[in-house]
Amino acid sequence: MSPTISTSSEVNGNVSAATARAAAKAAVEAEKTGPQTITLAKALNTAMADAMHADPSVLVFGEDVGMLGGVFRITDGLTKTFGTSRCFDTPLAESGIVGMAVGMAMNGMRPVIEMQFDAFAYPAFEQIVSHVAKMHNRTKGAVKLPMVIRVPYAGGIGGVEHHCDSSEAYYAHTAGLKVFTPATVADGYRMLREAIDSDDPVMFMEPKKLYWSKDQVDLDALRAEHATNTERGTSSEGRAAVARPGTDATLIAYGPSVPTALAAAAAAAEEGRSLEVIDVRSIVPFDDETVCASVRKTGRAVVIAEAHGFASVASEIVARVQERCFHHLAAPIRRVTGFDVPYPAPKLEHYYLPGVDRILDAVDDLQWED
Amino acid sequence: MTISADRAAQQHAQQAAQQNPASDAVSKFGITVEDYMLPARHQIQMVGPDGTLNPHTEQGAQPGHEYSLPSEAELLAAYEQLVVGRRVNDQNSALVRQGRMAVYPSSHGQEACQVASALCLAEGDWLFPTYRDSVAVMARGVDPVQTMTLFRGDWHGGYDPAKNKVGIQCTPLTTQLLHGVGVAHAAKLRGEDTVVLAMCGDGATSEGDFHEALNFAAVFHLPVVFFVQNNQYAISVPLAHQSVAPSLAHKAVGYGMAGERVDGNDVVALLAVLGRAVKLAREGSGPLLVEAHTYRMQAHTNADDATRYRQDSEVAEWVAKDPLSRMQTYLTDRGLLDDDRAAKIAEKAEAVATQLREGLSEEVPVEPQDLFKYVFSTPTPQLKEQSAMLADELARDAASASTATEAGK
Repeated sequence: MSPTISTSSEVNGNVSAATARAAAKAAVEAEKTGPQTITLAKALNTAMADAMHADPSVLVFGEDVGMLGGVFRITDGLTKTFGTSRCFDTPLAESGIVGMAVGMAMNGMRPVIEMQFDAFAYPAFEQIVSHVAKMHNRTKGAVKLPMVIRVPYAGGIGGVEHHCDSSEAYYAHTAGLKVFTPATVADGYRMLREAIDSDDPVMFMEPKKLYWSKDQVDLDALRAEHATNTERGTSSEGRAAVARPGTDATLIAYGPSVPTALAAAAAAAEEGRSLEVIDVRSIVPFDDETVCASVRKTGRAVVIAEAHGFASVASEIVARVQERCFHHLAAPIRRVTGFDVPYPAPKLEHYYLPGVDRILDAVDDLQWED
Repeated sequence: MTISADRAAQQHAQQAAQQNPASDAVSKFGITVEDYMLPARHQIQMVGPDGTLNPHTEQGAQPGHEYSLPSEAELLAAYEQLVVGRRVNDQNSALVRQGRMAVYPSSHGQEACQVASALCLAEGDWLFPTYRDSVAVMARGVDPVQTMTLFRGDWHGGYDPAKNKVGIQCTPLTTQLLHGVGVAHAAKLRGEDTVVLAMCGDGATSEGDFHEALNFAAVFHLPVVFFVQNNQYAISVPLAHQSVAPSLAHKAVGYGMAGERVDGNDVVALLAVLGRAVKLAREGSGPLLVEAHTYRMQAHTNADDATRYRQDSEVAEWVAKDPLSRMQTYLTDRGLLDDDRAAKIAEKAEAVATQLREGLSEEVPVEPQDLFKYVFSTPTPQLKEQSAMLADELARDAASASTATEAGK
């Protein structure tokens, strides 16, 4: 069994030191124009900065997001650039952060708030489920809550307990919340801008193990794309992407599992099997069209997610695809997910996380002999 | 700690003290920070249960906690709203018994708190009420029938919160206090002079969001008046099981804000205390906490049986402290209320009751497709599918019903 793809510093290194180094380097890189290699962290940071430049009602707040720039440095420099009234630290209370954001959104602001870690968001669960998700409906559309709740989520960073939960299913299960999760650097920018633009509340699930993943992107091109989409009312919101085309089977993944699925597809290609990889991107709304088009084409599918499999987003995807593509399926759809155990300690997490070998085993099980 | 770090810390503390609302109060009222934040030694009461005005020295006032008598016009407006509020409470309870409303948490006995919390606010201010605060919502000017939308069993809150500057009556306890904090924060950032009055009950002060809301408001120095109606019971559980603080108003000092206690059945004192709190908040003194001592005369809701947890004798004691009768006596003795004016006020109250009876007797047509319309600004593809499925079911039901009718002919 191979571990998930990740750099050694992510798994074993000093996370905060690695983060600071990455942020410092990314800040230098971001000053360049044209195609450049930046991290997901920098893409998210740039998306917030651009949104704050574009709209004075966009505010950023949370725990340690001010002078420190967030424990992952995603809000780095925002207080310096926009002042303490636009990006500020709050008392250490997640329900307070979300509840205050609700009131601010009711009164003309577009708050972008940070829950420091996935499991730290649970004190805010009542505000999210009873108010953030329902306000638009219970006021018959009179009150919109254009707010983004950023949640660094999932594992693979060697984090201790309460720092690595895959909490997306709680939010996806709640009617009235959009749930986005980017897997690429470009999508980090693109999707966070779309989330901030959304008139509905968005749970923005950031795969923390990908914060330091790098890619070559052209920020100016992404800005231009965003401007064009805003002007034309078109966007990639709610759309899945074909991350790698293929013909034999479809791997359906989101967030932290997308690079793992891509690595599995690359390994399978060496063995002569062509796997298509779908990056779900938006869990809510879900892009049945793109996902099902791929499965109808390939006839086989494996759904990959870090979260526990039981009653999960992966289960929902399997159910949806089965209902819509049954007659195109050559084999039952398989899931490769985390085990139904509390997220394991750093020394055990590689047993838990869906890895390339486990994915390829599942692909092997897709009744190729029939 | 090194000497220089120590000095830096001292400077930081001095800067913080300069920004502290309490420091303003110290200079404004000439009292210590503690005396500003701690409630006065006695609750503020201006008109006693028998309807006589307390001598100024016996109103509970002390330096920095001084209150002036509201104007005649304010008192008369409040009395009118008290009479309307009582009529609304009794009418709604009757409508529940008749099966024309699903549920009604009555504020019978708490009308003085209800009325004062609405009347102390200016037009641009916001009110964040709980489920028991329907009378406050109406006193703020929201249409009575719209106010009752949730309680008649409909799926939405009825009125537009932004238009009325009134939050939806909130069931999850104290969650709305944070929304009030957010509204005040947004207004402050834009430089508006909006004040928010956020309401909760005594039991609700045990909730975590109570703490978070008060602390956020204090830390961000926001113009929010937290108004706790201490009606002695959280459904069946008496206050002693919620808190052993000297009073709920004493909790204020822990957040660095001012607290005050007021007789919650004395609308005169309530207008004075809440009016001053709103004024101070607007002037930049930061948040304040006001605790009103009152009593829930009826059961929690029609589904509750209050005889299981409290004595009739206790209820009888509070009948004698009724907010309406004392105000009626006080205004009559002052010559502000005569039979003619009383009759006119009763007429107004009856008109509201009639409006409620008629409005709540009307069948509101149910639109099944509304289920899907407002979950998001634009329905998702999944919701569109589900909406089409329901539409198809309904069309088939209608078709088979009409076929059955045809066959019946």
